Amino acid sequence: MLQMWIVKKQMADSIYELIKRTSTTLPGDVLDKIDKASSMENGNERARYTMDIIQENIKLAKIKSLPLCQDTGTLLFYVNHPAGFIQNGFIQLVCEAVEKATEEGILRQNSVDTISGKNTGNNIGRGHPSFHFHEHEKDELEIRLILKGGGCENMSAQYSLPDTGLCAGRDLDGVKKVILDTVINSQGKGCAPGVLGVCIGGDRSNGHAEAKKQLLRRLDDKNVDSDLSYLEQEIVEISNKTGIGPMGLGGETTLLGCKIGSLNRLPASYFVSISYMCWAYRRHGIILDKNHKIKKWIY
Amino acid sequence: MSVINMNAPFTRDKIKKLKVGDIVLISGKIFTGRDGVHKYLHDGNQAPVNLEDQIIYHCGPVVVKNEGTGEYTVTAAGPTTSIREEPYEWELMRDHNIAAVIGKGGMGETTLDACRKYGCVYFHATGGAAQVLSDRIKKVEGVYLMELGSPEAMWVLQVSRFPVVVTMDSHGNSLHVDIRSESEKKLKELLQKQERS
Ligand code: SF4
Repeated sequence: MLQMWIVKKQMADSIYELIKRTSTTLPGDVLDKIDKASSMENGNERARYTMDIIQENIKLAKIKSLPLCQDTGTLLFYVNHPAGFIQNGFIQLVCEAVEKATEEGILRQNSVDTISGKNTGNNIGRGHPSFHFHEHEKDELEIRLILKGGGCENMSAQYSLPDTGLCAGRDLDGVKKVILDTVINSQGKGCAPGVLGVCIGGDRSNGHAEAKKQLLRRLDDKNVDSDLSYLEQEIVEISNKTGIGPMGLGGETTLLGCKIGSLNRLPASYFVSISYMCWAYRRHGIILDKNHKIKKWIY
Repeated sequence: MSVINMNAPFTRDKIKKLKVGDIVLISGKIFTGRDGVHKYLHDGNQAPVNLEDQIIYHCGPVVVKNEGTGEYTVTAAGPTTSIREEPYEWELMRDHNIAAVIGKGGMGETTLDACRKYGCVYFHATGGAAQVLSDRIKKVEGVYLMELGSPEAMWVLQVSRFPVVVTMDSHGNSLHVDIRSESEKKLKELLQKQERS
């Protein structure tokens, strides 16, 4: 009994660590891209200035161990677990950790009952936090967390091809056109420079879920599908030539990255789902050992 | 980099001199106001304090109260999306004579028009920069309308060198409109070039 309690407590502690690091720091691959973006902004004063503020903010948040952005977003947990894993027990422990992080101001009180308008005060409620479980062959528990802010989520979009207004047909060229339409529509509203997670195909709900899942990929990875890999690069290059820039105030960097996946579709449908992520791209992950201690940080 | 230092409250003369693209460091007093405050004033309620020539900051700060001393400290205070106040902002400019607004994402035509008519300006603060911006808040001077809830209340903040960019000036210019139309044009050109090649 005591042994079980210790194991549980250890799990809640590890998840709390994950939440804290995710709210207060960015992963290395994102930091590298932000550094690179900063070094590009020499022509436009406002862009230079904005990138300097973003850099200073990243440093301050880390030193003070306080949230990078006051919108600590929706907590999206992606869990890969071995067979026999008890999901409900796990969810309970995560909720404990979330509650603690909220009490300590690591997370903002960010969950509102949509019907009554009341804030639950602890970030727990219908759909909050959000969990995605996947059973894998390994004998390890992998937990990834993304904090997805509201400003950028509001800029996410879904298109049904063909889209006559945008002259976008049911091919990769049409896909490119609708993704770039989202880039133009978002301008600075989603706190650019941002990252796009995209899913081509699927149904409306799977498409959005897969688009978000693409945001789990490291920014420096390479898509195994060569066509999609090419499209990812093309989207970033073209977006960065539009002059939208950091915060949409002009400049060289509009996107830090674009990650595209696909799902099969019905013959009748062709959806393109796009998840917009802001520069405060808070994503971390942990692998736990048998005692639920953190064995390794994933990113 | 040329930076303009300005002390709040602003005179209208000083606002007239500001142009879109100017980088400004604000020092002095600013008042937070988001959906709750705007709705409250729109409903015809008296402002709890004279807002003439003052600055409204679209922000729902995270404020912690020290139970011992009763003092408040701001722990996170980035801007919130301004466009939600589009139906109300012009009224604050006309009826309460505010001089400026700080927010993010820019505002629409009605506000741009009011900026020109009443000699106001819109400042853009860096979205997500909660720590830099709260670091520049030196003191919480007081709070009004606490009945709206802490994030919605009107907090009076003393700031020092608070970094913003003018994106809508009092002469009818909007950087948001300019960049939108330039980027649309640029994208069209880029896609056409690709199709030709
Ligand atoms: S879009 Fe991102 S950086 Fe901007 S306010 Fe929301 S969470 Fe923060």
